[in-house]
Amino acid sequence: MTVATQPEIKPAERTSARPEEVKIALIGNPNSGKTSLFNQLTGLNQKVGNFPGVTVDKKTGYSQLTPAIRAEIIDLPGTYSLYPKSLDERVITDLLYDPTSKHFPDLVIVTADASNLKRNLLLFTQLADLQLPVVLALNMVDVAEQEGVKIDVELLQRELGVPVIPMNARKGVGVAALKIVMTQQLNAVERPFFTIPADLQPLLQSIKSRFSLSNDYLALQFAHQYKSLKFLKEEDLAWLGEQLEAADFKSNARQADETIARYTRINELLLDAVRVEKAEKDEKFSNRLDQILTHRVFGYLIFFAILFLIFQAIFAWASYPMDLIDGGIAALNSLIQENFSGPLVNLLTEGVIAGLGGVLVFVPQIAILFAFIAILEETGYMARVTFMMDKIMRKFGLNGKSVVPLISGVACAVPAVMSARTIENWKDRMITIFVTPLMSCSARIPVYTVLIALVVPDKYYLGFLNLQGLVLMGLYLIGFLAAIFSALLLKVILKARERSYFIMEFPTYKMPRWKNVGITIVEKVKAFVFEAGKVIVAISVILWVLASYGPGDNFEQAEQRALREAKTEGLTEVQTENRIASHQLESSYAGIVGRSIEPVIRPLGYDWKIGIALLTSFAAREVFVGTISTIYSIGEEENVTTIKEKLMAEKDANGDPFFTPARGFSLMIFYLFAMQCASTLAIVRRETKSWMWPAAQLVYMSGLAYVMAFIVFQLFS
Amino acid sequence: MFINSLNKERKQVQHMAEKHEERKSVRDMKIGERGVICCLQDPEMGLKLLEMGCIPGTEIKMNSRAPLGDPITIIVNNYTLSLRLDEAETILLKQ
Repeated sequence: MTVATQPEIKPAERTSARPEEVKIALIGNPNSGKTSLFNQLTGLNQKVGNFPGVTVDKKTGYSQLTPAIRAEIIDLPGTYSLYPKSLDERVITDLLYDPTSKHFPDLVIVTADASNLKRNLLLFTQLADLQLPVVLALNMVDVAEQEGVKIDVELLQRELGVPVIPMNARKGVGVAALKIVMTQQLNAVERPFFTIPADLQPLLQSIKSRFSLSNDYLALQFAHQYKSLKFLKEEDLAWLGEQLEAADFKSNARQADETIARYTRINELLLDAVRVEKAEKDEKFSNRLDQILTHRVFGYLIFFAILFLIFQAIFAWASYPMDLIDGGIAALNSLIQENFSGPLVNLLTEGVIAGLGGVLVFVPQIAILFAFIAILEETGYMARVTFMMDKIMRKFGLNGKSVVPLISGVACAVPAVMSARTIENWKDRMITIFVTPLMSCSARIPVYTVLIALVVPDKYYLGFLNLQGLVLMGLYLIGFLAAIFSALLLKVILKARERSYFIMEFPTYKMPRWKNVGITIVEKVKAFVFEAGKVIVAISVILWVLASYGPGDNFEQAEQRALREAKTEGLTEVQTENRIASHQLESSYAGIVGRSIEPVIRPLGYDWKIGIALLTSFAAREVFVGTISTIYSIGEEENVTTIKEKLMAEKDANGDPFFTPARGFSLMIFYLFAMQCASTLAIVRRETKSWMWPAAQLVYMSGLAYVMAFIVFQLFS
Repeated sequence: MFINSLNKERKQVQHMAEKHEERKSVRDMKIGERGVICCLQDPEMGLKLLEMGCIPGTEIKMNSRAPLGDPITIIVNNYTLSLRLDEAETILLKQ
């Protein structure tokens, strides 16, 4: 590899002494194979962290270049230029323009799609003009050749003045060569690609001297972007503002001039280095495929078939491993309880391990959903989904890509919220995350099932329309409508932080890279287990303590009372056990809370017993059924029919049946709207990087649940 | 000449817009039709379009429309670019 030599020492201090560990930034256009290259370089040796203030993950990884040199590689968000158009892209300028930044790179690798070199080089020339040591990873050379694009790499390298490594990151071709170049001392490009207009020099010189910058283009970037550079101080911002005002600096016009000048220069450079013997575009495979996949009839049919498949997979296929996990946790718990006893063992089994089980049980659904999503993204089909759905979804403040989270929400909101990651626009993404938990998830099914069996007669209309089925369908429909209209509401309330664009590359169809799919699955599962898991286990333990302990000798009294009752009523051993459990729950802290909130929930038709169930099912809705069974002394092993019979026998103060249709529907509606899921709250915090969003969701959904349940109860009774 | 339209000065932009009201934009193209970009009307969005290679003087081709008519895809600089109709409207064509 020949590297342009230049004797100057300007920014070369950074490159002169090679430390044992070099910092390397990976940057490139979206769809330029950046993630593939990152995965090739680091394998599973990746770490996902946070950039302050933005929702994009900070992905870093390590790569052993030689036995002596290790590289820390940071994967920056995909971007088309150094002028950020979205909040997430600002991470790049914050990192590259601040030499004191912890991640300030020793070397920048720019990935470029060889089949689309012109547009990809725009970002490259900007980085080169910053005089950072740059390597160009010329990716997808094979695709380019298929399309008749021939690149003279030697010539390109001479013209760009940096090492150019032709590669195929999907297959790992060129990675070895790239690693060798990464260990070498690279110098910055000497001659800028863009000549800064002379009339800007006075302004740039004063910016350079104030911030002791060595590079003209960096000074120009400060002028353009000072307002969004986080590392600048208040007084610096004011000073820059004055300077720019005085120099009559027109940022937009200057940027436009620069981009045009760069494209002109790139055209000149590529004139000799790139020869295009192209086949007519229409004949391309992707275009032909699109005629079917984005067809006005077949397009939607195929899309809904794929959605149905995903839905089936997370709903039905995931149930086998989920049952295994459930069974495994239960077996582990009973094994421990058989061999040990005492309050600490109960805390371990019923609090910690049960909480862990509540986390692990979601893993199959998350893994399956993300396998699908990764494949859809990798193949380029996701872009078509957005393309087909954008017009409809935009009316509700959502995005074409919101469809996948919303549908996945019917299975489970946790992976669904995580899948909203594919939505680039901040506002669209927040709205999607906010409304997804309103879709009726699978944890609501046990609650719906018991309540419907209780208050809806098992009648058939027209011979096949089952009334209970219709009610269940109605509940799903209400959930969907609630999500859509909440989105509409948020569309009005929420201020956009950035303009929503649809201007993006429409990727060609590609075979999925299975390694990327695998890494995505591992990354998502890890993120969920470690970040959301902590919160879920903590809340489970707290709820367990509340339900298992009472003040003073409450528990002993409860047991004595149950035993006395058992004696007078002549209960069997099992019935006595159930009675004790019931009385103990009643006198636990959870029971006290349940009683104290009774005045609040009375307008909804609930008594303190339901209050306890509302509290214990706060971490997970399905717990409602278990708590109701305990509190009404039904026992754990009973099925829906038994629960139904026992509950139907329950009388209110006047001796009338307690579970009237009004109470049943009120409860169904409450569970439909309420945010009774600690896992979702935890994952929303993780995805939005703020407690504000889950808190808002909790307040909004609980409020909505309260009002709606109130209306339903008052209407029906 | 289109640089003027990228100025922050609103008046000028509005003026330009009025002048170009009659002109054909990418929105009006038929599928398969080719045209040459003349100018970009929206200053902020213009920057984004420029970065994507929609430089005045570049030839583009209308490639496809979404089933509901919006968004669309065009071919520019040998790649496919998708954009919404109200974004396409800001790209004016040479007559």
